[in-house]
Amino acid sequence: MAVTSPPIKTKPKFDFTPYLFLIGPLTLYLVWIIAPMFYSFYLSTTDWDGISPDAKYIGLSNFETLFGSMGKRRTSPFEYALVNNLKWLLTFITIPVAMGLGLAIVLNQNVKGDRFFKMGIFLPQVLSLPVIGLIWAWVYNPRDGFINPLLTSLGLADPPSWLSDKELVIWAVIFAAAWRQIGYIMILYVAGLKNVDIRLLEAAKLDGANAWQSFRHITFPLLAPVTTIVVVISVIDSLRSFDLVWVMTKGGPANASTVLAVLMYIQAFNNYKMGLGAATAVVLFMISLVFIVGYLWRIMKDEMEY
Amino acid sequence: MTTHPPTMTKSTAMEGPKTKPISTTRILLYVFIIGFTLVYMAPFFGAIITSLRTQDDITLNGFWSIPTAITFENYPRAWEQGNVNRYLLNSFIITIPALIGTIFLSSLSAFALARYKFPGNQLIYFIYVAGTMLPFQILILPIFLLSNATGLYNTYWSLIVTHVAFQMGFCTFVLRNFMKTLPGEIMDAARIDGASEWGIYWKIVMPLTVPGIAAVATLEFTWIFNDYLWALMLIQDDSLKPVTAGLSTLQGQFITNWPMIVAGALLAALPTLIVFFALQRYFIGGLTLGSGK
Repeated sequence: MAVTSPPIKTKPKFDFTPYLFLIGPLTLYLVWIIAPMFYSFYLSTTDWDGISPDAKYIGLSNFETLFGSMGKRRTSPFEYALVNNLKWLLTFITIPVAMGLGLAIVLNQNVKGDRFFKMGIFLPQVLSLPVIGLIWAWVYNPRDGFINPLLTSLGLADPPSWLSDKELVIWAVIFAAAWRQIGYIMILYVAGLKNVDIRLLEAAKLDGANAWQSFRHITFPLLAPVTTIVVVISVIDSLRSFDLVWVMTKGGPANASTVLAVLMYIQAFNNYKMGLGAATAVVLFMISLVFIVGYLWRIMKDEMEY
Repeated sequence: MTTHPPTMTKSTAMEGPKTKPISTTRILLYVFIIGFTLVYMAPFFGAIITSLRTQDDITLNGFWSIPTAITFENYPRAWEQGNVNRYLLNSFIITIPALIGTIFLSSLSAFALARYKFPGNQLIYFIYVAGTMLPFQILILPIFLLSNATGLYNTYWSLIVTHVAFQMGFCTFVLRNFMKTLPGEIMDAARIDGASEWGIYWKIVMPLTVPGIAAVATLEFTWIFNDYLWALMLIQDDSLKPVTAGLSTLQGQFITNWPMIVAGALLAALPTLIVFFALQRYFIGGLTLGSGK
């Protein structure tokens, strides 16, 4: 199949071999991933309804519609979605990261049966998001669920109805998402801790450093590459959030738990506003770009040094 | 920070010189870990208990009551009446070809990117890596339209093709870095022996990449199997839905029957749980391979 390079003669100037290996996968990738991305940009500048044969170019009107809806007395769906995505993101890059790191360090203390604990905490990560969503929908159910009957029996007269409370609903969903996320982060930190030289910590201890000092000045700096990855993963995952919201609340009540992906789905498939939906997706893309570009730049710089 | 090597720990008054030192901090550590893990897994255990009860029992007495009776009926009912059997079958029909396609196509790209110097190598690698971080929302509408235009919409193939394309970036990234660690001398030797480039890929590099493939395949199986969004976008018929999307149908069907819904959800989770417990090492290996570099 491939061009064989004759060993005796000098190598031909231009070798087609790598391109032959690449042509299949790369074509699929360009057609099914890269081109669609650009098509979304195009769609976001049209008023297409998804049905009529032609779409009219309307410039940035869709974006004006989205951002123009913000700051009104009645919170618009877009504002809810944007703020909820940001709440999700800020929660994800702090609480699960800190807890995952904490658990990794605790379980790294020569704990007997640590594998068992790690497996238990990692388990939710293996479940699909609809499964997580259904389990937590049950957990939060006011009458038949897990939390409220417990709160009532502990003497709390009127526990909140988590998924129908406009203020609480998004936090309830984020909590379930974080539950799934912590084990993943813990595992990444557990792997990272294996590379931390135990002798450095022993030396620090001999020099009189306490536990916090050696964490602060030795362990944590050495884990910096893992932390970078963990934060990038957390950002991406929080911006991709769709499944849990869709399974648990469909964005309700009254858009209070919507996120950009859910809003986009509703705009495009329920309200037949493909252009507006695409614009919402582009906004999401732009937000993730802010976080990803720096990281990509670093990966590629490492590559160039080879 | 650590109470690591026994020689380093100062023995407290309570301990004899020979016994292993067990400090109070150590006991507190275990109390904390066991307590935390139990609380952490409580929703999961709670779900299992719920699936073994009847809705009447829960409605009447609440979850925190002692079950009046244990029943296993919810599982066969979710399996048959809830169509979980059909949905799970669909999941496998979609996941297995998608997994094979992803691994095969990614290994081709990875081989080219890891083993040849050519114009565009860095750029193509960059496109793959960047693609893994794409928020997939930006692809939803175009891929929906594309699968309509190609006639793949509402078939298994729409999901298979989309999964292969979407997962290829991550797989290529991991496999390329894995292949880069293989010693180049083996390839040179094979080339001198007259092996074709295809032969080098298939007979030499691929067998050496098996550990990497095992790790990435375990992970990808879970990811593809657990997909919900694409199934929701690209499949309309209930009879073609994978189990993730089928669960919402189940939820609608048994709207206030929690034991039934939870039993269905747990059945749906079974394949990935089995894969995880059986292939744990590869699973964790895949995660750390993907993030290590």
